[in-house]
Amino acid sequence: MAAEPFRTLNGGRIDRTRPVRFRFNGRSFTGCAGDTLASALLAHGERLTARSFKYHRPRGITGAGLEEPSSFVELLGEQAGGSHPITTVLLREGLEARSVNCWPSARFDLLAVNQSISRLLPASFYYKTFMWPNWHVYEPLVRRAAGLSHAPVADHVKGIYETRHWHCDVLVIGAGPAGLMAALSAARAGARVLLADDGIEPGGALLGRRARIDGRPAMEWVAATARALDDLPNVTRLSQASAWAYRESNLVVVTERAPSRPGIFQRTWRVRAGQVIVAAGAIERPLVFHDNDRPGVMLASAVQTYVNRYAVLPGRRAVVFTNNSSAYEAAADMLAAGIAVGAIVDTRVSVPPEAAALVPGVQILAGHVVVTSAGRRQIKGVRIRARQGGAERPIACDLLAVSGGWNPVVHLFSQSRGSLRYDDGLSAFVADRPQQAARCAGAADGLYDLAACLADGAARGMQAAQAQGFDAAAQQALRRQPPPLPACNSTPAHATEAMWHVEPHKPSDKAFLDLQHDVTVADIHVALREGYGAVEHVKRYTTAGMGIDQGKTGNINVVGAIAMAQQTRLDAIGTTTFRSPFMPVEFGALAGARGGSVFLPYRHTPITAWNVANGAVMIEAGARWRRPGYYPRAGEAAQDATRRESLAVRLNLGVYDGSPLGKFEIKGPDAARLLDMLYTNLFSNLETGMGRYGFMLSDDGMILDDGVSFKLAPDHYLMSTSTGNADEVYRHMEHFLQIERPQWKVRITPVTTAWANATVCGPKARAFVQALGTDIDLAPAAFPFMGLRHGTVAGLAARVARVSFTGELSYEINVRSRDAMPLWSRIMDKGAPLGLVAVGSEASHLLRVEKGFLSLVHEVDSTADPIDLGMPWILSRTKPDYLGKRAIGIRRSSKRVRRELVGLLTEDAQRVLSDGAPITPKGLRQASEGFVSASVWSVTNQRSIALGLLANGRQRMGETVFIRMQDEVVRATVTAPCFYDPSGEKLRS
Amino acid sequence: MLLIPCPHCGPRNESEFQHGGPARRTRPDAAGVLDDALNGILDDAQWVDYLTVPHNPMGPVDEKWWHVRGCGAWLILTRDTVTHQILGEARHGR
Repeated sequence: MAAEPFRTLNGGRIDRTRPVRFRFNGRSFTGCAGDTLASALLAHGERLTARSFKYHRPRGITGAGLEEPSSFVELLGEQAGGSHPITTVLLREGLEARSVNCWPSARFDLLAVNQSISRLLPASFYYKTFMWPNWHVYEPLVRRAAGLSHAPVADHVKGIYETRHWHCDVLVIGAGPAGLMAALSAARAGARVLLADDGIEPGGALLGRRARIDGRPAMEWVAATARALDDLPNVTRLSQASAWAYRESNLVVVTERAPSRPGIFQRTWRVRAGQVIVAAGAIERPLVFHDNDRPGVMLASAVQTYVNRYAVLPGRRAVVFTNNSSAYEAAADMLAAGIAVGAIVDTRVSVPPEAAALVPGVQILAGHVVVTSAGRRQIKGVRIRARQGGAERPIACDLLAVSGGWNPVVHLFSQSRGSLRYDDGLSAFVADRPQQAARCAGAADGLYDLAACLADGAARGMQAAQAQGFDAAAQQALRRQPPPLPACNSTPAHATEAMWHVEPHKPSDKAFLDLQHDVTVADIHVALREGYGAVEHVKRYTTAGMGIDQGKTGNINVVGAIAMAQQTRLDAIGTTTFRSPFMPVEFGALAGARGGSVFLPYRHTPITAWNVANGAVMIEAGARWRRPGYYPRAGEAAQDATRRESLAVRLNLGVYDGSPLGKFEIKGPDAARLLDMLYTNLFSNLETGMGRYGFMLSDDGMILDDGVSFKLAPDHYLMSTSTGNADEVYRHMEHFLQIERPQWKVRITPVTTAWANATVCGPKARAFVQALGTDIDLAPAAFPFMGLRHGTVAGLAARVARVSFTGELSYEINVRSRDAMPLWSRIMDKGAPLGLVAVGSEASHLLRVEKGFLSLVHEVDSTADPIDLGMPWILSRTKPDYLGKRAIGIRRSSKRVRRELVGLLTEDAQRVLSDGAPITPKGLRQASEGFVSASVWSVTNQRSIALGLLANGRQRMGETVFIRMQDEVVRATVTAPCFYDPSGEKLRS
Repeated sequence: MLLIPCPHCGPRNESEFQHGGPARRTRPDAAGVLDDALNGILDDAQWVDYLTVPHNPMGPVDEKWWHVRGCGAWLILTRDTVTHQILGEARHGR
């Protein structure tokens, strides 16, 4: 094993017999099983592990857990991706990681030049500087300079992400002393408990301390308690599982990073809990002074954790800088591990004697502060002085352990909408009033004494169980005992003195509040000077707290800095909003299995297999329907196939799979009344067996849909809607019926997929349907245009409708979906010798443009009404009311210029226009006066034709208009919007 | 994600529902006369307000939810926009 000069010989929870090889920034190292990437690098004395976000200053490892604000890595190879706090990456054989924010390496970083021009990079520098001509000119350059990690390129081929829904009585977040006690007491009371812990092993803060419980090392109690929990059938315990979102109705989202089942990368638990106990501990704050970011400045609790848990010395000669007593315990552990402690610099004038008693022989400088640090790539020493001023003096050190007090982890409690209050004694925000069934326990509740945490956990667990209806007395009758409270020594009270930052010498001092985004005290002052006084504004102006760490260490210092500048209290300022995710979560964990085709599945008609087998080019055509665009023959390009299919319909026979069309059956005594309300025209006077084309508006007068509805019986209608709008129309109808007219007696049944249809169209359609064999009288008088008849076709029960979207004689043969393929086969068998062709949606589009039929996707945006589209007759004048009636009336009364549907014939007959191309006055680069809605090559007219919407279009027939195409301005003549069979003779034949 | 108490299906995940906006008064007819109160003649400005100005309070709001991936009922329920708490029972229709 390669030498680890900073590893102690004994102790720690690492396995010295199991070396683990890994690579960091291209160099090879060896650590131990149980290490994190951070502890393994510190064991090798690697101090410079990152460059900062903005100034590219050298940075090291600051924390020991997910609070880490300065060192982030991206993983390479198999588990590529992400910007991981270096302290949360577990070491495994072959791990390869790279620092973010530096190029080519953290040790030699080209953008470090930003340090020397830092005076030119104030807060909001980017907003202010890259304004002209616009931000997008600079964006690629700045993004490359500022980018964190790269997007992962490696595919996760070896497993999947999974989502699990879970219900429990009590969810306990955190398996530290309070969480373990809470879980045990809730479980012993009979509650179903889920215990989710972030770490690889339970224990929480105890993992990094030398505490004792019941007279034994605390970790023995932890292990015994975890075993006791695992033995209970009503407890589920997760490790490496982080709760990162607390949503409405007590839904907590937990992502398990290393589920035991092979093939599962991560498992996200969506937990609906009766009660939630947040026992997520507390996070130490740094102290803020000039140059407080050098590699070697670390949180005291992190140093304590490296020493005790990982048997690593982050330095050999330390100075401790604190405003509270917790750092004395850390100092004692450092001494025990062999780190010399040169001095404890304590901002408090009087140090509690029980704290001082922990570090006999160490120089304690009460009422002193660290004003600056020295060194370049790592700390070499600090300069200190008395707090009220006076001479500075240096102390040499290679490690500065700082403690600015503790913040209870109230993030999840706050996400649950519980309120916070500022506690003067703790100098921290703590949970106040819950909004959901959430309670904090232990350090997350502001309790830092081990005995108090254990007792609090037990009490909270019992309360939660009782709130879920588990009665303690009844449980005792079942001989289930609440767990006994273990005994342990009290730790000294923290006695924190508020200290948000040391007064700077000069404005250019770099005293970092947010290490990740390089936000200094001076930046806060800039924001305040420029009028951004509210904490949420300061955050957005300076970007403090917006990094991957979400300001876990720095945010409260920011609030404190604002309070100092404004000479007010922290509770008058409040905190920024705590948002999910609490820690970085992979997109895969969010999505679970809902990826690819599962995320948004396609819809298929029953003849998809035939279409694919016959070479159809399948395209998406509204509402996720996959349908054939065209059926190319050998050597045919898309437009050749489309024109061939179109000509077949005009001259002979075609068949089109119209199954995706939206279909609803509307039944009940008030069915006609409902249709009269939904459509602008009258449906109640329709003859049975006949259909009518209608427009459906929303109540603000916008066109929602168009389609044909048939009367099957006096109380029974069949409505068809456009394919893409069926879902929206259903919502619209049910909303009106259930919310506005619940007393009406009518039911709506969606039958889109219950019926499939093959639409036979072309001048020979009648003879062909007759040849298929039918008991329906097809004579024009017996079965006229817009009629619907029941019967059999080709031996199959069918509803046949004479509607047309092509302008040709058409029979829409509707059969049960299961009969679709037999019908299609019989049509093909019978039709092939007659020259019948299958027609795709491209040809259907071409034909409807020739005929001037509307397609909502093209001709209707949210401004057009039926009058604009040339159908004023469709707005009933006799009906007292229909949806949209009054809105249209109000809109029309304004007499504003309207865009109206017109036809367009290009002067160059060969030139087909682009859909959506703007029409502008004289073709100048000006506000448009209309647009091309659809343009095709007309097979009938052998030239380009187009439909469009044009201002005052109907009064401009014969005028020349100018269409701005990408390459040139094209001239076209305005015509009527119909290029085929204007009288409708063929349609009705 | 809200847990919405459907009177037909019991408490169900929000993902089964579509939000339908704030519940408004009964739709007047095109003449501006409310279905259930003949004295409610609306002028044009009031009609446009009815269509386009939904109230957006901080606190309890009556709103519509469609149980589209469930029983299909349009529900009206009262939700606190600050806390997301659902107050009382959800009602089917008006």
